[in-house]
Amino acid sequence: MSISERAAILADGGFERPRKQLGLWGVAFQRLRRNKLAMAGGVILLLLIALATLAGVSEVVGRYRPSEQQYEEILTGPTGSHWLGTDNLGRDTWARTWEGTRISLKIGIGTQFVVLCVGILVGAGAALGSRWTDGVLMRFTDLMYAFPDLLAIILMRAVLSQRDWPIIGTGDPQLPGLPGPLLQVILAISFVGWVTLARLVRGQMLALKDMEYVMAARSMGASERRIVFVHMLPNTLGPVIVAVTFGIPTAIFAEAFLGFIGFGLPPPTASLGTLVAEGYAYVRVNEWMIAVPSAVIAALMLCFTFLGDGLRDALDPRTRR
Amino acid sequence: MTAYILRRLLVMVPLLWAIATITFFLMHAVPGGPFDNEKPLPPATVAALERKYNLDGPLAEQYLDFLGNLVRGDLGLSFRQNRPVSEVIGDGFPQTLQLGLCAFAFALIAGVTLGVISAVKQNGPMDYIGVFVATAGAAVPNFVLSVFLVLFFALRLGWFDVIGWEFGNPRQMVLPVIGLGMYPAAFIARITRASMLEVLRQDYIRTARAKGVGEFHVVMQHAVRNAMVPVLTVLGPILAALITGSFVIEHYFAIPGIGRSFVEAVGVRDYGVIMGMTLLYATVIALLNLAVDISYAIVNPRIRYS
Repeated sequence: MSISERAAILADGGFERPRKQLGLWGVAFQRLRRNKLAMAGGVILLLLIALATLAGVSEVVGRYRPSEQQYEEILTGPTGSHWLGTDNLGRDTWARTWEGTRISLKIGIGTQFVVLCVGILVGAGAALGSRWTDGVLMRFTDLMYAFPDLLAIILMRAVLSQRDWPIIGTGDPQLPGLPGPLLQVILAISFVGWVTLARLVRGQMLALKDMEYVMAARSMGASERRIVFVHMLPNTLGPVIVAVTFGIPTAIFAEAFLGFIGFGLPPPTASLGTLVAEGYAYVRVNEWMIAVPSAVIAALMLCFTFLGDGLRDALDPRTRR
Repeated sequence: MTAYILRRLLVMVPLLWAIATITFFLMHAVPGGPFDNEKPLPPATVAALERKYNLDGPLAEQYLDFLGNLVRGDLGLSFRQNRPVSEVIGDGFPQTLQLGLCAFAFALIAGVTLGVISAVKQNGPMDYIGVFVATAGAAVPNFVLSVFLVLFFALRLGWFDVIGWEFGNPRQMVLPVIGLGMYPAAFIARITRASMLEVLRQDYIRTARAKGVGEFHVVMQHAVRNAMVPVLTVLGPILAALITGSFVIEHYFAIPGIGRSFVEAVGVRDYGVIMGMTLLYATVIALLNLAVDISYAIVNPRIRYS
């Protein structure tokens, strides 16, 4: 604030109005809102999610059921009734792409949920536990880190398949909206995915443990549990949120990869990965079948990347102007 | 330094043992056996086959057998191809390595060039093109990119072959290399650009310009060399990912590398090939991580390993 502005305020009311105090999250949100690219990513992402959800529940948006076949219209390009054409079984590409988007988003978010649980547990356990616990957990983390990740995902996917496990088995879905094969893919991708997050959480926690405010809380008699849950965990959240935002599209990529090599979800379920794989089989007949799901993958990837970049800048105090 | 490298190499032994153990039990947990066919074999044949490949004992015994063979450098037989696993890997790995190294060279050259041009012409049209390519390249999975590359450059324009791999033949090499290398190229371009922008604002760059050094010389000699340090730190993981992550590209372009063998091997539970490839890939990753740590010490004399 320049001197003249300050003088104007003093002349006007005689005192400065106190600025509204914003907490960490308030400031971060304000900074995020000023980042145009991140906001655009967020808005488009919300739009995609809304469309995908609406297409699942409403005939007006979805137009067809994803596995509804029309034998008169096979492998057509865009027409008046099929906006994005149909596939080799006469299924509507528009409807199937939105189903694929829903499933891929479920996989992305589900994977990050598992990764978050395991990562925080292992990371916090290593940072807060005894030296022995830290040693064991971190050696284990190093081991999983050294595992070739795509190999591990393929192998794990094969291990989990074709069996009648509780909840993740191939039978009737026991969690609403989350059939067994979907959970198997989620677990397979999470199998090596939690490592980065565990290291991140451990590093954050170790740094926070020696902070003065933690020592202050302890000297005022706060219990260990309160220190961990009220003072330390919320402060590790910033980098964790950023990691999760980047993790979702990575998981969507991994699922698309599994689908493409034939280890994805069983037909007729559509995920973006299986749609790309199906489209690839008919690429010389109908390019729309592969172009549409590819474009959605790219759009999701860009949105999450921009949002993640924005969140990182917004939450990192070092970039604060 | 030598002692440090030796110690790191020694640590790899228990690491590889642990990975081998996990993989062993995981792959035996894959439902079905290696001799399950669409047309079931007679039980006597399966029993004979299992005896031949030492699969009839308890799992713990098989594990000890496997470890014993591994120590002697014997990876066993591939049930499906009926030849030693070392031969399967020996046949395929050169192609996988060629593909990975070419993609790496492409990613490095294209990424650094793009990043440097973007940074030097910041906010100009060249910068926007560079940032766009870097962003789009990181948003499209490599198999999707490959499909469109083939559609356009091979089928429509006829510049390249649709499938095949012959080292030194650009008609067969260009598309798979770009398909595999585009994502890391985009990643390197982003890092290079950010790092160059930071370096170009440093005082010593202003000093160089002030004493009359030409702009080209300032960029190439003074800025790029220092801007490369953050890039160097990601090269190890990128090379590892390129060598160990070419399954789809090999599958798609029908390149006879080992990535393809692995996907097939998991499908038919060819234990020997699964194990051999996991160990090979884990070794490649571990060695490259070591190479990265050594290169830190070379670039930054302040780091000393003891």
